[in-house]
Amino acid sequence: MATRPQQGGRPGGARFAQFKLVLLGESAVGKSSLVLRFVKDQFDDYRESTIGAAFLTQTIALDDQTTVKFEIWDTAGQERYKSLAPMYYRNANCAVVVYDITQAASLDKAKSWVKELQRQANDNIVIALAGNKLDLVTEQPDKRAVPTADAEAYAKEANLLFFETSAKTAENVKELFASIAKKLPIEQATQRGVRGGPAGGRPGGVDLGARAESGTAAGGAGGCQC
Amino acid sequence: MEEIASEYDVVVLGTGLTECILSGVMSVRGKKVLHMDRNDHYGGEAASVNLETLFKQYGNYQAGTEPWKKYGRPNDWNIDLVPKLLMANGDLTNILVSTDVTRYIEFKQIAGSYVQQGNGPRATVAKVPSDAGEALRSPLMGLFEKRRARNFLTWVGNFDENNPSTHNGMNLSQTTMKQVYDKYGLEATTRDFIGHSMALYPTDEHINQKGMAKDCIDRIRLYVNSMARYGKSPYIYPLYGLGELPQGFARLSAIYGGTYMLNATVDEVKYEGGKVSGIKATMKERGEEGEGMKFETKCKKILADPSYFPDKARVVGHLVKAICILNHPIDKTDNADSLQLIIPQSQVGRRHDIYVAMVSSTHNVCPKGYYIAIVSTISESGANHHLELQPGLDRLGKIEEQFMGPPIPIYEPLESGVNDQVFISRSYDASSHFETMTDDVRDIYRRAEGEELKVEGLKDGAGLQYEE
Ligand SMILES: Nc1nc2c(ncn2[C@@H]2O[C@H](COP(=O)(O)OP(=O)(O)OP(=O)(O)O)[C@@H](O)[C@H]2O)c(=O)[nH]1
Ligand SMILES: [Mg+2]
Repeated sequence: MATRPQQGGRPGGARFAQFKLVLLGESAVGKSSLVLRFVKDQFDDYRESTIGAAFLTQTIALDDQTTVKFEIWDTAGQERYKSLAPMYYRNANCAVVVYDITQAASLDKAKSWVKELQRQANDNIVIALAGNKLDLVTEQPDKRAVPTADAEAYAKEANLLFFETSAKTAENVKELFASIAKKLPIEQATQRGVRGGPAGGRPGGVDLGARAESGTAAGGAGGCQC
Repeated sequence: MEEIASEYDVVVLGTGLTECILSGVMSVRGKKVLHMDRNDHYGGEAASVNLETLFKQYGNYQAGTEPWKKYGRPNDWNIDLVPKLLMANGDLTNILVSTDVTRYIEFKQIAGSYVQQGNGPRATVAKVPSDAGEALRSPLMGLFEKRRARNFLTWVGNFDENNPSTHNGMNLSQTTMKQVYDKYGLEATTRDFIGHSMALYPTDEHINQKGMAKDCIDRIRLYVNSMARYGKSPYIYPLYGLGELPQGFARLSAIYGGTYMLNATVDEVKYEGGKVSGIKATMKERGEEGEGMKFETKCKKILADPSYFPDKARVVGHLVKAICILNHPIDKTDNADSLQLIIPQSQVGRRHDIYVAMVSSTHNVCPKGYYIAIVSTISESGANHHLELQPGLDRLGKIEEQFMGPPIPIYEPLESGVNDQVFISRSYDASSHFETMTDDVRDIYRRAEGEELKVEGLKDGAGLQYEE
């Protein structure tokens, strides 16, 4: 937690806030690819299932006064056998639920994730639905298995943000995250810290990362501070 | 649903903290891990549960009533089943930092560390003095004794194993703690709070054991160093309860490719030539129709908590505990929002200390205005276990709800596991912290992997890719 910046206003009256974002969706729909595109602007055709990269951060400037930092949690595969830990949803401010527009069943799965979020996560969580792999139907329209209008209608009814995206071509990826950022309660976050911020910065909170500087207070010679 | 691999290096059974740390470390080290739990949640005995679940688990209410309703939303409660705190400078903290699991969990201080002297309503409850300066102000000792305690604590603070000039002429690996106390001329009551509330020994067995002085000094130094780290007490505690700890390590394991499966029961463990060779298992959600998902996989080793192999473990004692909901802080503790209070055994005519661990809404474990205190001790043979906790319960004042079951057996493995490659962990013991748990983690790792567990550098060495 040492790396988390302070929450609150920056010098000059600019606004800055940090939010936890979680990803959900069936395996292979492109959750990690969307994150990779958003955070590193890269794409990998032969990605393996998520390993070793389940925690990333990315900062975006909404306008020249407002910066939003996403702390992005990828599922790490624990959802595959319905074994996602409550920790994953805990204090999530926003979620991207992903399906693959060439796989009809992946939208059903996405809908069940939305339900799960509404059951487990904060009441005011911002949820975006992302129909990914848009590039595939741009090349071959008959590959589309989920009509845009259907997903859009569902998103509207369930009060979700909605985009069709391509992690491969980057289409709508920035737009997706930016629209989430716009919907987040930045005013409140800058005042109180929605995500809570680093425990080290709050009363009684401790920053375990700061071990090196303070860890040996009574170690070696010198000892007891008496 | 995805295919299960046909072979794993390690199958881990149970998602208690011990199992989750081992699973996480092994995955980071590149082992292929399948981690299962028969329950529908993480943590096993080390889970934190909500108030409704707790009532239902203990069944201490009339059928048809819903007593949890008057305490706000059940999910605002995260009640630990195991009463433990983390030493700020202890090994669990070290492992959390070394593996970066601190990214997922926020910690707060425990506000105070107290010890009781005497018995009954007139007993003294005082802060445990954590350094020579505090010893001088402590109500636990008279004037002259304070100076002797200061001398002792100064010596402990300066002690350096590698520097004989700091040993004050003693060979600690041969010395008993009694000899050390004698040397500093400390009174019995002082020995009591030093041994029990600083060195955190639950009994008096350490006093006359030859060579225990070194262990005792190490423990006092851990206490003092932990105290010095954040200031209020030597203890820290995770927001939302101890149940976050196994979840954090499970996530670590998953990130490195560990496969997770809750609601999974082992139907058969297969052996070849006396060594474990695989398992047959079923994953089935509670209330799910049909057979569930049956599968079979090979494995080289199994790590498990004792409940998965009752025939490979024995009972070494019983823990009694009472989980209590209060709506006020504990008397004589400066209104601390959280604390540990130790009642040394000798003060109340027992052989094992009574521990009180209390946390509150500061730690996001309950709604504002409530406090969760767990009173615990080792059950003593011949004692009526209903009465064993009474001195601790007396300290709490008015109790809104009390959850106390029969004594809980504490298990340890019969064998090292080297022969059959089934490695069994120990139950959580009665100690008030996690130091013996991490000892067990290191011990199991050594037995299973044939080398010491080195956590330092785990997060860099293994290529955890994250961006800032
Ligand atoms: N054509 C195309 N392929 C994509 C796109 N996004 C992801 N993929 C591919 O789909 C496969 C799965 O992508 P991942 O990002 O690993 O999917 P995931 O949802 O993270 O999968 P899990 O980690 O297994 O849950 C990979 O081969 C990607 O290259 C996309 O927008 N277009
Ligand atoms: Mg992925």
